[in-house]
Amino acid sequence: MSAIVSLRDVSVHFGSSRAVDGVSVDVKPGEVLALVGESGSGKTTLIRAIQGLQPVTSGEITHTPAPGARPAGSDRSRGNRGVQMIFQDPTGALNPRQTIYEIVAEGLRIRKESKDEAARVARALSRAGLRPPERFFPMYPHQISGGQRQRVVIAGAMVMEPDLLLADEPVASLDASIRGEILALMLDLVGETGLSILVVTHDLGLAWNIADRVAVMYLGRIVELGPTEQILGSPKHPYTRALLSVVPETNRMEQQILTGEIPDSRRIPVGCRFHPRCPLFQSGTLPDEVASRCITEDPDQLDSSANWSVACWAVAAEGKPEDGSVGA
Amino acid sequence: MSRPVLSVKDLTITYNSSAGPVPAVRGVSFDLAVGESLGLAGESGCGKSTLANSLLRLLPEGTVTSGEVTIDGQDLFALSPGGLRAVRWTTGAIVFQGALHALNPVQTAGRQVCEPMHIHETVASDDEARARSRQLFERVGLSANLLEAYPHQLSGGQRQRVLIAMALACDPQLLIADEPTTALDLMVQAQVLALIAELRKESSLSLIFITHDLSVLTYVADRLAIMYAGRIVEQGPSLDVFQNATHPYTKALAAAFPTIGDPASRRAPSGLAGDPPTPGALPPGCPFHPRCPLAEDRCSTIEPDLRSSGPGREAACVLI
Repeated sequence: MSAIVSLRDVSVHFGSSRAVDGVSVDVKPGEVLALVGESGSGKTTLIRAIQGLQPVTSGEITHTPAPGARPAGSDRSRGNRGVQMIFQDPTGALNPRQTIYEIVAEGLRIRKESKDEAARVARALSRAGLRPPERFFPMYPHQISGGQRQRVVIAGAMVMEPDLLLADEPVASLDASIRGEILALMLDLVGETGLSILVVTHDLGLAWNIADRVAVMYLGRIVELGPTEQILGSPKHPYTRALLSVVPETNRMEQQILTGEIPDSRRIPVGCRFHPRCPLFQSGTLPDEVASRCITEDPDQLDSSANWSVACWAVAAEGKPEDGSVGA
Repeated sequence: MSRPVLSVKDLTITYNSSAGPVPAVRGVSFDLAVGESLGLAGESGCGKSTLANSLLRLLPEGTVTSGEVTIDGQDLFALSPGGLRAVRWTTGAIVFQGALHALNPVQTAGRQVCEPMHIHETVASDDEARARSRQLFERVGLSANLLEAYPHQLSGGQRQRVLIAMALACDPQLLIADEPTTALDLMVQAQVLALIAELRKESSLSLIFITHDLSVLTYVADRLAIMYAGRIVEQGPSLDVFQNATHPYTKALAAAFPTIGDPASRRAPSGLAGDPPTPGALPPGCPFHPRCPLAEDRCSTIEPDLRSSGPGREAACVLI
């Protein structure tokens, strides 16, 4: 099946800062893809580019509407209607002076799609779990709970009947007990409407909860991509391994705490961008011919058509992961 | 057991708002032994930050407090302003969340770390303070040349380390950390947690660690206290409570943090319907009953007290 959104060698540079630096990835119809990484990895810039709010410096983003979907709008300033976004903080995303009805109807009004407005708003609210929807029409954001506010944000996106939902840390600002409700809703939406979700998060537990595939981003590049079970069960890339080792639950594996923070995207290290922090490279145990590649050659971008791919010279030297390819 | 560094008995804290009294903490008791680490967990509005701030009397004017807090043998509420100043920083110090706002933007990091030492005269001279701040920076893993840096020149993780260095400046016995890692990335959070673990190993520092993230607490806390609507509803050894919760609220909260690799939580996020109650409008009976999957009729009239639920454990639920 063809991808809903296909990224080919996408870069977004701000002056000398290479925030997104060569990303190729597909979002398939009906899948939940988690883009994980730390602050400064470029994940927020990348989804702004997919939404059409951030011009790309080079590369290509192709949106192929799902069969039967309305054609995508061509007006960049309004973004792409087939691609809708939900943000982290529902309270900040909602205008306190608008009723729930007005908030959810806003997207339709901007696009002057006034036909069946009330029915469409009701359907979106109900889809987001706010039932009966008419009860919520006249209410203001302060009259509903935090969990319900995030549902209103989701309804505001769903009213446009998107085929791709971009979610930037959708539960990071919510209380723990509400988190699960919103994630379950996202899974329901995929099941009921067949839409795809690209969720940006630093929470690997969230990926385990809802994602079909995980893409791990480091310093503007996806370094490992594959099915959730594999990426979170037996990660190959040393960065993914380190991230997983510090998830503070039960200590399943020895912690590998990397020193320092993600480098400045204006000064991306030469060779493999991860090598200055890489526990494998720093251990000095790599064969010379591998280690010398780490400091001189940038591993190629991942093969986005492979089931599981890793951008690491050491992994490449070891052999391919099971039925996957190594981007090197 | 030696005298606890902190003893809290039946602490009640009520804010006065324009809409009337708001009970934020409703009868909390616990002891903290020397060198012990207590994790306080709960959601927004459960009273955990109010409790933390009250332990150094940092609550806003007009807040009504009752009960007893004994810190290092002294009655906290009877302390004179001078006595209170002596307790802050030297006996107990607090590290807040949001490291950007807790630092003065127009002073260098080094000067801010020296400030409590000067105020409390724990150092005899500027030189001594500077030498100690260099030591502290080394202890929290910051390079000494960052002493001259201003907060905006530091990353989030570095700022959090500066705050920890500042809190340690006067060698306190008790460190209160209020969501110190919440705004940080996973890897930086791991660095800060490892630092705190190391500091505890080096000295007999006692720790109160507050967060909404139960999984973090299993790593840093010996004991765990779960708060809901201003009360402790469950407490006990941390891993034990996290893995075998008895209170239905603790169970739901623990399930919200999935164990990666556990098939039970794969594609099955777990949550609770409803929101935590607002402190000004608590439901009658057990305040958790409107969200509780096991609630019975009596739960809407009885607010249960903590009772024994296993070795070293207590929970407040009529079903226990």
